[in-house]
Parts: sequence; structure tokens; C-alpha cells
Amino acid sequence: MATAATGTVALALSDVSKRFGQVVALRAGSLTVTTGSIHALVGENGAGKSTMVKIIAGLYRPDSGSYELFGEPVDFRTTADAKDAGIAVIYQEPTLFPDLSVTENIFMGRQPRSRFGSIDRKAMDTEARALFARLGVAIDPERPADGLSIADQQIIEIAKAISLDARVLIMDEPTAALSGIEVDRLMTIARALRDEGRALVFISHRFDEVFSLCDTITVMRDGSYVSTDAVADVTVDDIVRRLVGRDVEDLYPKQDAQIGDVVLEIEGLTRAGVFHDVDLQVRRGEIVGLAGLVGAGRSEIMQAAFGVDPYDSGTVRVAGKAVPAGDPAAAIRLGLALVPEDRRKHGLVLDASIARNITMAIRRRLSRAGILSSGAENATARDWASRLEVKAATLDALAGTLSGGNQQKVVLAKWLSTAPDVLIVDEPTRGIDVGTKAEVHRLLSALAGEGMGIVMISSELPEVLGMADRVVVVHEGRITAELSREQATPEAVMFAATNTEGASA
Amino acid sequence: MTSLIDPSDTSTPSRGRTYRDHQRPLWQRVLLSRDVAVWAALVVVYLYASATVPFFDRPITITYLLLDVAPILLIALPMTLVIITGEIDLSVASTVALASVSFGVLYDKGTPVVLAAVAALLVGVVCGAFNGFLVTVVGLPSLAVTIGTLALYRGIAVGLLGTTAVTDFPEAWTDWARGRIGESDIPSIMIVFAVLAVLFIVLLHFTAFGRGIFAIGLNEGAARFSGIRVERTKLVLFMLTGVVSAMAGIYYTLRYGSARGDNANGMELQVIAAVLLGGVSIFGGRGALPGVIAGVLLIGAIGSALRLADQTADVINIVTGLLLVVSVVGSSVLGWIGSRRRRGAPEPNSTTPQADPDGPVSNREREDR
Repeated sequence: MATAATGTVALALSDVSKRFGQVVALRAGSLTVTTGSIHALVGENGAGKSTMVKIIAGLYRPDSGSYELFGEPVDFRTTADAKDAGIAVIYQEPTLFPDLSVTENIFMGRQPRSRFGSIDRKAMDTEARALFARLGVAIDPERPADGLSIADQQIIEIAKAISLDARVLIMDEPTAALSGIEVDRLMTIARALRDEGRALVFISHRFDEVFSLCDTITVMRDGSYVSTDAVADVTVDDIVRRLVGRDVEDLYPKQDAQIGDVVLEIEGLTRAGVFHDVDLQVRRGEIVGLAGLVGAGRSEIMQAAFGVDPYDSGTVRVAGKAVPAGDPAAAIRLGLALVPEDRRKHGLVLDASIARNITMAIRRRLSRAGILSSGAENATARDWASRLEVKAATLDALAGTLSGGNQQKVVLAKWLSTAPDVLIVDEPTRGIDVGTKAEVHRLLSALAGEGMGIVMISSELPEVLGMADRVVVVHEGRITAELSREQATPEAVMFAATNTEGASA
Repeated sequence: MTSLIDPSDTSTPSRGRTYRDHQRPLWQRVLLSRDVAVWAALVVVYLYASATVPFFDRPITITYLLLDVAPILLIALPMTLVIITGEIDLSVASTVALASVSFGVLYDKGTPVVLAAVAALLVGVVCGAFNGFLVTVVGLPSLAVTIGTLALYRGIAVGLLGTTAVTDFPEAWTDWARGRIGESDIPSIMIVFAVLAVLFIVLLHFTAFGRGIFAIGLNEGAARFSGIRVERTKLVLFMLTGVVSAMAGIYYTLRYGSARGDNANGMELQVIAAVLLGGVSIFGGRGALPGVIAGVLLIGAIGSALRLADQTADVINIVTGLLLVVSVVGSSVLGWIGSRRRRGAPEPNSTTPQADPDGPVSNREREDR
């Protein structure tokens, strides 16, 4: 094995930047990883970690900055280049070929050949068994990849990386979907790889794992490098402060609203394996922020309450009336509205006009004696488009031709036209420009002021802290903390979102 | 402050943004539509054939043309709705045959003709409901489901009657099916078609249900999130297709005075060809019934003209086949050009902040980031 001695610099990025059009995904990323080390890379969602990983993996080319591998400057054009140079990335959810065997997956594209040019299955099998023996795991190399747990799939990716003799392994949130025992096994393997002198980068939101596994930690925020320290020299508190550290108050002026009666009442909502025993109350005039990590189950909870997703047990009430399960049309009638996270897939019909999109949820209310005319649709659409200041010239322009922010306004117009009592907004400002973002925040605040109950799911901590009257934190499908506006500090929310122990339920 | 959510509060003039209804003037929207293009093609073919093909301009030609295409016209109505949702029903011709055979067998066994007809319609409803059940409840793709039921319904139809046929239907009924409206050249069945055409046009283009059909075809996820009952809509449409196919089956039986298991063999392809020729997108979400009606008549007129010009059925098939390919390829190419042209404008899927010179967004806010 051709690994360098422990302690030499394996991977060094400095002041790497990447922009997409006007959006800066990575401002100044720096990361230095030595051999024989497990290096933690932490940051909020959107801090630029993923962009950095994609640059390391050869998926993106940086716009500026330097990227060196074992002292040599590199400029990867494809992921294959990076792989050849000894870099392997283990993703949170590996993509294996489900119908092929474990062995075939490991050797995909570089199967050993026998003398006659056919694939040497025996050699392949022997090597696969040797790999698993070395990793100390019991996976049958002959079984199909389909049906393997995510943990086992990651092991196969690691086996693949070792068989390629990868010198640098990047693990992008590998533990997010793993159980406790599986995490332990992965950590054992990671330590073994470290002791072989490989360089590992470990990305995780879970500080307990970071602190028990890693020796060095680099923090990123807003697309920039913040700090690198030996893990022994810092505390969780230090790290959390560095992760969040920005001024929240100025960006999100929140008006005070009269808090009224309970308007949305969710009790014991459970969907096996997704969320459990969720209780949530929202009052008129109140903005409740639903915080948590991506994949914690926040969207799933609210989509189930709205009726587009199923649930196993529990009740949902709007203004005292029970909302039937699995029936969005009834939920809308009872006063629920949901602005979904994925605007293009669920929020809008991009190939339909602005007018049709705005009136889509009130088609029946606009009908007279069963007949729906374009005139009625246009009149309503014109009213709502102007209230929300949608920037378009005509009502028959296709929604897909609008900018992200204006698309979001069309979605909001569609839901506000239903005159809801409760508005659920899922990542309301994702992918929209800063100006429109501020408009959306003002709008939400104004709506609460008029007595609407608002549930805001957001992965942007400043948005949650700046807008919410009350913050409810979801961790792995359970509510782990409920914090008043005063209690909701970045540290408290991050603790509840990352490890359940630190949360006061 | 003006209320944002109170629908009765229309005091928003201060916001000052106005919107026109349409990007293009009325004449452009009407004349440059696919529907008008198909109608124009129909007129051209009709005039050309009248001038060059002997006997084509006789009134009797129109009568027979309409009698021949009547089942296709009927089935094309619900088929259009099904295809706009992004689904397809290939079992319609087999449903025609099964309804025809059920009608014949029941009548042969002594059931009153009216009851036999009602029973045949019920058979159509059941056929459609079974398709709809497999597609919406079981969740199978409609292409696979209806290829299966195409064989299944046809198989039952042939099995019920074998190689025999029921032929002696009451003359009053067969005469009506072959007859014309008063002294005109228009067949009586066109009354049924006209009524259904109006109903379907209203349903598709002027109701909330119809808006749902288009939304489902364009983006099923967004339709579901907007409270459109996707499964129920599709189920209803498959059942409508079944019952209208059965209606066509009864007409077919009476017109030819014969209930047979191989009635209307291959008609599903003629129906789908006409619907696509009429401007309905096979991917769903786009199309209009007036164009579809012109599409059916166009295929019928071309067939009729070629027959009168002594061309064989093979030639007719080749011509209609080519026409279909050209029309589908043509609209794809036009769509591609359209999307290329749109790419010049702000890219719809970009998350790039848009510089809005007329917007109230200050640069300060933008720099805050």
C-alpha cells in the first residue's frame, strides 16, 4: 500500500471559491487534512460544505483558490480524475446497482479479466471476501445490493474505495441515516483506515460523533472558512457559537402580533419510521418555526397534517374541526394551506399560466353553476398578483418563465386566495433572491398580524430565530424542544436539533 | 393598512401593478392555434379531394364518411381527456366489441332491446372502472394495464360469441343507426355526437374538473398539493371512456346489423391517432377538443378520398400513419424551438437573483447578504 507517512499534508484547499451565476456557493473555503487523521468539517446547511466536497471530488471546478493533493496542485475535470488521484467520497445515501451482486458493485467498471478476456468471477469474489475480512464486517459478497441497509451500502462504498487504494476518503454525513450500532461499526472502520495512514474527512451535524471520532475540526459559515482546531482544544459550545455567529435581529424584523385562540391542533401524529407522537399547537397571530436538520421529518409531519402524505395515527384539527387524513381538498376547505418545499415539483404547474396557477386551489369556489370562466379566473388572479406584486406583464405568462422569487409569490397568492386560517410554509425563501426574501418575511409577519396561524419550516436558523414567536425543534421525527422567542438561542436550537440529550423537552 | 387576506378588501390601487390578460392579441391566439391548423388542413383536404377525386363532392360521401367515423368521433371525446391527464386507454376497441357482443347476446336471448342496450352500457362502465382501478388504486401504468385489458375484453367478446354473429336486430333501431336527420345528409348519430361533444367541451374547458385534468397532465405532484383528487379524476375518466366506448359499440352493432367478437378490431389506434393529430400531447397536459374533432374528420376524409380514388386499405394506412408521425414530430420540433427561444429570457429554473430595475428592492438589502 502506497500511503504516505502519518502527519504529512494530504489534502490542502485554500481560499477556494465557486459561484453559480450571481449566487456565491463558496466564498473562501479552506481545508487542510493530514494523513493518519480524521478531520471533521462542520457548518450549517448552506455553509458551503457540499460545494467544497464536490470540488474535492472533481464534480465542480473552483473559480479561484488553490487545490493541492500531497503537495501537487491538481485540477480535476471529472470525478474519474479525482478517483484516479486517490480520492473517494462516501455519500449519505450511496447509489449502488440494486440488481447486481455486492462483488459486482465493488468492481463495477474495472472487473478483473481471466486469460480469455471474460470476467474473472473467482478473482473478484476472493478479493471481495478479503476486503470485508479486513473491514471486519460480515456481508455476503454474492448477495444482490438490493435490500442492503444504508449502513451496509456505505461499507460497500468504503470497500470499493479501499480496493482502489484511495488515500483520501470524504464521508458526507454518513451517519445521518444510521442506527447506533451501525454508527459504532462505521467509526471502528474509520479509525482503522486512519491507522493505515489514510486521510479522512468526516462531515456530520452530530457533535457527539465529531468529538469522539475526529482529531481536528474545521468550521465553515456562509461559504467561508472560520476556524480549524484540534478537537481537544475546543468545546461544543465554542463550535456552535462559531457555526451560527451572525447578527439575526437586523435581517428579520418581526412585528408583534396579537396572539389569539388555538387554530391548528396536531395530537399524537405518528407515521411509523418517519415521525412519532407529534403534538403541535398553533395560535392565531402566531408564527411557529419548525427547526431541525434536513431529513428530521419536519416536511413529512406537515405534509401528513395537510393530507398529501399518509399517517398511521393521531388527529389534526383546524379551528376545532377535525381534518380527515389523506384528503388535501378537505384540508383546504377547512382552512389549511401549504406552500411546499419543492416549488417546481409540488408548488407550481410551471407550464400553466400565472392565472391558472393562482386559481388552482379555488377552482370550485370560482365556478358559477359548475361553469368556470377565464374571466372569473383572471379577475381573481389579477387581484392577488397585484397584492403580492408579482412581477409579470400578463396573466397568461407561463409560471415557469418567472424568477424564483416571483414563482414563490405566485404560490403564496394561490394559497392566500383560499383565505386560510393556517398557513404552512416549507422553506419559504429557499432559492429566491434577498430582496424577495425580505418581502416574503414582511408578508408572513403581516399575515400573522391579521390573525392567521403560521407554521414555518426552515433550515435557515437565522430565519427561524428572526421570524418565529415560538420555535419547535424536530430531531429524527420527534419534537425534542419547544422554545419561546426568548429561549430560542442558536445554541439551544442547535443542541436540540443535533443531540437529544442537551435539549430540555 | 390594506388587508392581505380579506378577499372583500379590494383597496389595493396603491400597489399600482397592472396585468394584461394575454401576451398576444386575440386574432393571433385564435388563428395561430393548433386547432385552427387542423381545421384548415381538413378544409384543404376536403376542397382538394372534391376537385380531384370523382364522386367525393356528392352529399352521399359526407353521409357515409360521418357514419364511418362516428364511433371514432365518440370515443375520441373521453380519450382526449384521458390522454391530457397523461394516461392512455388502449382497450377502447375491445370494449366496443365486448359491449357489442353483450348487447347482441342479451337481445338474442330475448331481453328487450332497450334493456340489452343499458346492460351493454353497464358493461362499458365496468370495463372502464376495471382499467381505472388497476391504474389508480393498484398504481400500474395505464399503458400496460390497457394492453392487458385490450386482450382480455376482446378475448371475452370472442369467447362469448365464437365465430357466430347476432344479426336480426329490430329494424326501427338499425334504420335509425343508418338514418339521417330529416331530409339532410347528416346521419342521426351526429345528434348523439353533438350532445356529447358539447358536454365534453364544457367539462374539459369550462369546469373546475377540467382544470384539474390539465393540471394533472402537466404536474401531478402540484395538482395533488393543490387539492385536486388525482386518483378520482382518472378513475372517472376511465369510466367515461368505457361507457362512451360501449355507446359506440351499440351504434356499431346496429349500423352493421351485426354483433361480433371481432367488431372494431384495431379501432383504438385510429382513435389515438386522431386525438394526437388533433393536437393533444401524448405526454399529457396539452390539447383541446375542437382540434381533436377536426383530427378525426381529417383522418376520415383522407381515408374516404383515397378509397374513392381506388386506393387499397394499405395505402390508406400508410398515409394516415405518415400523417400521424409528421404531426407528432412536427409539434415536438415546434415545442423544442419554443423552449430554445424561451431560454433567451430569464431562465425559469435558475435561482439567480433577478435584477429588477422596477422593483422596490434596494441595493442595500442585497448587500446585506
